[in-house]
Amino acid sequence: MKNSIKEEKESVTILFAGDSGDGIQLTGSEFTNTAAAYGNDISTFPNFPAEIRAPQGTLAGVSGFQLHFGSVELFTPGDNCDVLVVMNAAALKANLKQLKPNGTIIANTDGFDSKNLRLSKYPEGVNPLTDHSLDKFKLIQLDITKLNRECLKESGLGTKDMDRSKNMFVLGLIYWMYNRELDKTINFLKEKFKKSPELIDANVKTLKSGFHYGETSEVFTSNYEVKAAQLPAGNYRNIMGNQATAIGLIAAAQKSGLELFYGSYPITPASDILHELSKHKNFNIKTFQAEDEIAAICSAIGASFGGSFGVTASSGPGIALKGEALGLALMLELPLLVINVQRGGPSTGLPTKTEQADLFQALYGRNGESPLPVIAASSPSDCFEAVFEACRISIEHMIPVIFLSDGYIANGAEPWKFPQTKDIKAIVPPFIDASDVDKENFKPYKRDEKLSRPWAIPGTKGLEHRIGGLEKENETGNISYDPDNHEFMVKLREEKVQRIANYIPLQKIDSGNDSGKLLVIGWGSTYGAIKTAVHELKNEGIEVSHLHLRYLNPLPKNLEQLLNNFENILIPEMNNGQLLQILRAAYLKDAKGLNKIKGLPFTVDEIKVKIREMLNTNE
Amino acid sequence: MNNTSENIKEKQLSAKDFATDQDVRWCPGCGDYSILKQVQSILPEIGVKREDVVFISGIGCSSRFPYYMNTYGMHSIHGRATAIASGLKATRPDLSVWIITGDGDALSIGGNHFIHLLRRNFNVNILLFNNEIYGLTKGQYSPTSPKGQITKSTPMGSLDHPFNPLAVSLGAEGTFIARSMDRDPKHLREILLRANNHKGTSLVEIYQNCNVFNDGAFEVFTEKGTKADETIFIEQAQPLIFGQNKDKGIKLDGFKPVVVNLNQESANDLWVHDETDRVKAAMLVRFFSDQTQTERLPRPFGVFYREERYSYEEALAAQTMDALNKKGKGDLDSLLAGKNTWSIR
Ligand SMILES: Cc1ncc(C[n+]2csc(CCOP(=O)(O)OP(=O)(O)O)c2C)c(N)n1
Ligand code: SF4
Repeated sequence: MKNSIKEEKESVTILFAGDSGDGIQLTGSEFTNTAAAYGNDISTFPNFPAEIRAPQGTLAGVSGFQLHFGSVELFTPGDNCDVLVVMNAAALKANLKQLKPNGTIIANTDGFDSKNLRLSKYPEGVNPLTDHSLDKFKLIQLDITKLNRECLKESGLGTKDMDRSKNMFVLGLIYWMYNRELDKTINFLKEKFKKSPELIDANVKTLKSGFHYGETSEVFTSNYEVKAAQLPAGNYRNIMGNQATAIGLIAAAQKSGLELFYGSYPITPASDILHELSKHKNFNIKTFQAEDEIAAICSAIGASFGGSFGVTASSGPGIALKGEALGLALMLELPLLVINVQRGGPSTGLPTKTEQADLFQALYGRNGESPLPVIAASSPSDCFEAVFEACRISIEHMIPVIFLSDGYIANGAEPWKFPQTKDIKAIVPPFIDASDVDKENFKPYKRDEKLSRPWAIPGTKGLEHRIGGLEKENETGNISYDPDNHEFMVKLREEKVQRIANYIPLQKIDSGNDSGKLLVIGWGSTYGAIKTAVHELKNEGIEVSHLHLRYLNPLPKNLEQLLNNFENILIPEMNNGQLLQILRAAYLKDAKGLNKIKGLPFTVDEIKVKIREMLNTNE
Repeated sequence: MNNTSENIKEKQLSAKDFATDQDVRWCPGCGDYSILKQVQSILPEIGVKREDVVFISGIGCSSRFPYYMNTYGMHSIHGRATAIASGLKATRPDLSVWIITGDGDALSIGGNHFIHLLRRNFNVNILLFNNEIYGLTKGQYSPTSPKGQITKSTPMGSLDHPFNPLAVSLGAEGTFIARSMDRDPKHLREILLRANNHKGTSLVEIYQNCNVFNDGAFEVFTEKGTKADETIFIEQAQPLIFGQNKDKGIKLDGFKPVVVNLNQESANDLWVHDETDRVKAAMLVRFFSDQTQTERLPRPFGVFYREERYSYEEALAAQTMDALNKKGKGDLDSLLAGKNTWSIR
């Protein structure tokens, strides 16, 4: 065995790319789990093609999984990668611009035959592996298909089945490069192929030979050590955003003692919440795949009327369909949670790409004057706490709440210092104590200091009442077309939302000083990129602060005061400046926007450049 | 619904106990009044406690109904009462849920939810008030208006081929399909009671006269001079007989229903109604011919079809039980931790 040199690295970004049939997502998530369990901090960014099975070998069919792992705290999947693993020519072409100068390319030469080159639109006769165009990188060429077939030649499997496991060869190789153990993945394979032992054998064998190949071949001169990260003490697991959202919902149901009813209609990237919840029916959860988004929200309203906690989720186009029912829920003043896992563009837009352009839709996308609380999560693990907060507000204030996530955090993963049940605070549903009311004069819309009404559910004797979407007289809930009453009710509903500000924490600065030259304000999934940019600049001695909003309506009470402490405000958003307009209108502040509308998250660099520009600091 | 014997009646309620203090605001002479009255009169009899009854409606004149019922209720949004009732019934199988809807509400804007409720077979009752017009929006044609109908939106006559609500319901795999009318309170009452007793989605189409925008749409079925010849009341195990002097019957000639004169032919050959026969129900719902045709069949009233099939909420509750039995009660701490954890000291 050759003695390789061990090098230590603070953090590494690997981008796995290949055809959508190459098992890229699985390879990436296995490496993620292994790195996370080892104690690295991680951040991932899966990037799917829009078509389920785009034509093989084409640029449209490239699937990618970017993974950033390190011995330091990480908040983004990395702007550029150190290692680019490409299974074919299209994967190289689509991702080469992501590779750092001097970065390593591991290329499967079998994916660079004339057909693959043609499909990925390289000019006739050009092969990037041989034309020296990659000379500034470390290029490692392996015929992975052949190596893999060689190692499985006695397995008895057909060529097709053999080829399917070649991603494990790559994974084994990368495990060797970064000194990782194989056991997590071996256990995973045993579980996954429980029903076909021959596939367990083949995949495990391939994984191991990839590892051994790294060890014995001369292709790598060194392997790398990325030590465990110094994260705050505690118990950790790896979590994706949609999963954290689902678990947050279950926790809210348990902590409020309510049965969870989840009515939903499949849509990317929200469907995984439905999939996850459907697995946990033993938590007394009812999941309902409705015939459309309208039925989904309406079924959730019906469930809440009956005394359960109704939840529905969708993405932008589906939320558009739910608009009318959301207005009804607002008039009924029942608890209801509406989750929007945002994706790109109007109409069907960019279904597999991320954006945060539904903030206006969440705030204003209904007829009449119809304010609702809006809460946004900032990272995969933050989905848990943020959705729990959204549930708490909805239930305790008897009001529908909109929870915003997006494709980037929904599918991304990071380590999560998960809480214990006993440390999660209870949610108190305002059920009415029937023995305590004057039944003759029961008023379904009588309000408390939160301006919220009591929850009297069918089956409660003596409190029979009717509710509906027509304008109602305050307290009695009787239909009223009285002009003064309507104006009063519109203002009352607005005030009810605003009063929620008394029941949420004051806004804190996330990093940096409480006052200064420049404050960067973010909301949602731009968190990691902004935080990293601000950190890096601060390390260079540049004064800049970061504030991240979780509560978008109502805004925290001290926000205006915080803004007044800064000379300039920058708001990076993956939209055309929605929060920017809101804050400008609310506080008459001349904030500046940094807008990226490409279906892609911000890179740290993009934010740094803008901050520098605003502070006039040259590199 | 079959909430009968278990519920002990505390005090014998009367129809009045189911009326609210709200003024009923339908136009004088509207058929809705008669339906309201029959519903209020059967509720004390079905043995369900008032607090366990819920009326859910969409939008339209008929959908004002819940305001007039002293039970729990929701006047919701256009076409969606079925979807709201689905979520309510899924989580509260113990409640007696009634959906009030109109022809526009159920079959136009709410068409999608309507068919899905039927196929899922939630144990609820749908009362579809069919007046072949949009009442609340003041007189546009509806999906059940006959072709050629002159309305505000169709001054030259409607071009739409009308929907056949019962055929749609049967096609959507409904398990209880019936028709009645506002002007025949006795029959309506009987059908409402049967709908209540059916376990599964009960669909009752009720011909309802909108005397303001579509007066007399069902006149031939309700007025003395024509009723006997234009209608046929179908009853389980009874031959299909109708006519002023009970002198007409319906016989099957192969798959073709034909009217026979009983003065000339024997009653023994007549079609005998069987509510559980799906093939014949499919023919019966098709007795929907254009009233201008001469060779027309009488319009049937009664229970066309019924079938025993599991209800959605029952199956859903069973799955939850199953999950509980297999996995044990969900433990939040182990869910939070997941399968792979590590600690940092
Ligand atoms: C989303 C929406 N579209 C349209 C309307 C207007 N609208 C109210 S009732 C109605 C038709 C109701 O017809 P039908 O169900 O036959 O009820 P009827 O009034 O005849 O009882 C329409 C179109 C509405 N309220 N909401
Ligand atoms: S418009 Fe027609 S359906 Fe509506 S209340 Fe008047 S009569 Fe009845």
